[in-house]
Amino acid sequence: MAKRIEVKDLDIYYDKFLAVQGVSMTIQPRSVTALIGPSGCGKSTFLRTLNRMHELVPNARVEGSIVMDDDDLYAPSVDPVNVRRQIGMVFQRANPFPTMSIYDNVAAGLKLNNRRLKKSEMDDLVERSLKSANLWEEVKDRLQKPGSGLSGGQQQRLCIARAVAVQPEVLLMDEPCSALDPISTQAIEDLMLELKANYTIVIVTHNMQQAARVSDTTGFFNLQGVGKPGELVEIDETTKIFSTPSQKATEDYISGRFG
Amino acid sequence: MSTSTTTPEQDPELHTPLGGVPLTAGQLPRGAAPGMLVASAVAGLLLWLLAGWAIVPCALLAAAAYVVIVYTWSRAVEGPRKATDRLVTAIVSGAFLLALLPLISVLFTVVSKGLERFDAEFFTYSMVGVTGEGGGIYHAMMGTLIITGLAALISVPIGMLTAIYLVEYGRGKLAKAITFFVDVMTGIPSIVAGLFAYALFVMIFGPGVRMGIAGAVALSVLMIPTVVRSTEEMLKLVPNELREASYALGVPRWRTIVKVVLPTALAGIATGVTLAIARVIGETAPLLVTAGLTDGDNFDPFDGRMTTLSVYSYYEYVSPGLFAEASFDRAWGAALVLIIIVMVLNLIARIISKLFAPKTR
Amino acid sequence: MASTTEAPPRKDRAPQRPGDRIFAGISTGSGVLILLALAGVAVFLVTEAWPSLTAPAEDIPGGEGLALYIWPLLFGTLISAVLALVIAVPLAVAIALFITHYAPRSIAKALGYVIDLLAAVPSIIFGLWGINVLAPVTVDPTTWLSEHLGWIPFFAGPASSTGRTMLVAIIVLAVMVLPIITAVVREAFTQTPKLHEEAALAIGSTRWEMIRMAALPFARSSIIGASMLGLGRALGETMAVAMVLSASGGVSFNLISSENPPTIAANIALQFPESSGIAINTLIASGLVLFAITLVVNMIARAVINRRKDFSGAN
Repeated sequence: MAKRIEVKDLDIYYDKFLAVQGVSMTIQPRSVTALIGPSGCGKSTFLRTLNRMHELVPNARVEGSIVMDDDDLYAPSVDPVNVRRQIGMVFQRANPFPTMSIYDNVAAGLKLNNRRLKKSEMDDLVERSLKSANLWEEVKDRLQKPGSGLSGGQQQRLCIARAVAVQPEVLLMDEPCSALDPISTQAIEDLMLELKANYTIVIVTHNMQQAARVSDTTGFFNLQGVGKPGELVEIDETTKIFSTPSQKATEDYISGRFG
Repeated sequence: MSTSTTTPEQDPELHTPLGGVPLTAGQLPRGAAPGMLVASAVAGLLLWLLAGWAIVPCALLAAAAYVVIVYTWSRAVEGPRKATDRLVTAIVSGAFLLALLPLISVLFTVVSKGLERFDAEFFTYSMVGVTGEGGGIYHAMMGTLIITGLAALISVPIGMLTAIYLVEYGRGKLAKAITFFVDVMTGIPSIVAGLFAYALFVMIFGPGVRMGIAGAVALSVLMIPTVVRSTEEMLKLVPNELREASYALGVPRWRTIVKVVLPTALAGIATGVTLAIARVIGETAPLLVTAGLTDGDNFDPFDGRMTTLSVYSYYEYVSPGLFAEASFDRAWGAALVLIIIVMVLNLIARIISKLFAPKTR
Repeated sequence: MASTTEAPPRKDRAPQRPGDRIFAGISTGSGVLILLALAGVAVFLVTEAWPSLTAPAEDIPGGEGLALYIWPLLFGTLISAVLALVIAVPLAVAIALFITHYAPRSIAKALGYVIDLLAAVPSIIFGLWGINVLAPVTVDPTTWLSEHLGWIPFFAGPASSTGRTMLVAIIVLAVMVLPIITAVVREAFTQTPKLHEEAALAIGSTRWEMIRMAALPFARSSIIGASMLGLGRALGETMAVAMVLSASGGVSFNLISSENPPTIAANIALQFPESSGIAINTLIASGLVLFAITLVVNMIARAVINRRKDFSGAN
């Protein structure tokens, strides 16, 4: 598990509008890559191109290439559905399926795809996924209760368990803690540090301390002005970005002198 | 605009500083308005009972008296703004009560007249050989169930799939056209739907055709737009985040719709479908021209005339048999059964939406 | 960034999986089917109506040709529907106001439900009620009207002794369209932005002034749209009119006599079961006229309501 992603000269368009321009980066396996930057700079948009979720918006398209190990994710023969099976995603707001129990939510990735497992195998998978999301102890007695009855932080970990259960190579997280209190945030951050032993993790965050705490590599996105496309200003080791960034814009943003 | 006024008292709105407006103002004594209402009602009642006037003019007179007195009094004590407010309150409440009258009258009439024929024979016999008293609505109830059931069978899949198209796939001109014409279709007169079904079946079977299925087709024309609209509303309520969560798990779109979106919206859709059925189950006109009337049991929608409750009730009333009273009783009895069915369906719809709504929070 | 030549711009892909393609196809097909059905309604009606358009005038029932056959019907349809609306719209607005702004919150919901129930009552029941309860009640008042207000063309009289008059048909129609109009207007009132209402109250308005300032302007186009919807319904209402109205006369503004013009829908329901041949074609032709009118009325209604949606910024 865990694969390397190479992004090369990626432009992202909505119809004619160029939203993000010229992104090239390498995302290392078994590490956490954080993407930071001001609102509207295209970091979430970029994240969603990594598993082709952006295609859900009509007329969205990309130019350039994204290669995971040796597979071009945008090759004409590639089915976006299969891409998403290998690159999971966790969203800003926890979104467990309201019609399903906790157990079914975790098993959703398999059940919705009609993959049949033996009951014992399925139980095992659910338990493993919940354990790797650090949620097992809290919910093992109420697996058949609706997932929407959990607290916000628990719901978000449930969503992580759900993403992990399909055994993806890469885990994308789009501001996973922005709707959570500090204690739940702590739990998710701890979880990320554990998960990176097995997964390639890319996280978009508004919280620079969070990026500094959890990531190995940090990329800074910015945009030149209103109506201009967003772009990747620089990407480097997190310690370096937060101590001696090579770009003035990065330094301004990190030190709070953004303007 | 009186330029001659110089004293501030004559134009207090402009010249009194706002801080100087007293917080208390003239007010009608507590209970004055309700008291007047009771007094007017009693006066009206007296006129009706003692003076022997008809009840309607008495009620109108009492209401008018209340409105005039309260308005004048309030205007004198509280000023014109407050008086207008009271006037409008009285009118609005009065209009509401007035509108309740027909509903109460309709329900009361149907129940009291309909109960005459709520016996076992009524529900188990058809009208074969009945010319005077007796007879029942068994054949009409079955006809109603069969035709409405078939209509639902046609409308629900088409309506739901169309709503799915509109919400999940629809873009551009086709979707716009469908939305617009579904809206327009809501307004098709039921008799026109009946004529359409008749015309359609005439093309296939020749003139004078009467069939249960033709009635079902006519009802479908009326039902489909309702199903589309309610399903559409419910699908739109499903948060996009759930769809994205499913896509992110690598679930194809159609499976996402079938396994995630539809189950989440199911309670609302079921409610909408039930209400749609309730709406068409009482239709008369389209069935009059398509399914017609027969005295005996006919449970085959593809063969000949088929009676429904509403058409039965209509004919019992407009062309009574040997004993007109017996026919009228049957007409009212069928009407009562019909109204009970409609109310029960409405109740079921409410219960579904209460009980089976997904527990999102 | 100029490397677009090697990778041509990728279009929004059509679903590639067979499951996706089939499912999208079926749902699109259903939508198209609805359009076809509506077109079918028009085409079949025209086809079946056609013989009456080409037939010689004396073959048409009444013997004076299609136009003269339909004209009184059309007149009856329009006058009954329009006057029903004149009664129903102010009442509906008042009821909607009462439910949304006057009734205590706890019973407002129940009241709304009651009004919705009224909408679900089958028209046959309104017909039975109209002929049995309402018609006899109107006999005395209409006699009085014809005696004292006979100079108004509507009340020229002589008053019908059965009460099966245009006036009763109009009242029944008004009762029937009332809940439909109320539902739409109530929806608009509940969507009135709370901020506007509070702004009005905060400058010291009475409740009525608040309604006039905030609620009514907001709901204006909804009221218009709802009225058109009600009009569409009243134009097409069949059974209640067929049962209540003793239709024996021609064009007349007299609402209380026993000679009334029938309406298109009621006439179809009354004549159709006993008709055959060219008479059926004639009835379908009249249905086509009704269809065209309601279509136009509904299109206007929808356009008005949808325009409000664009401007209101609600939702």
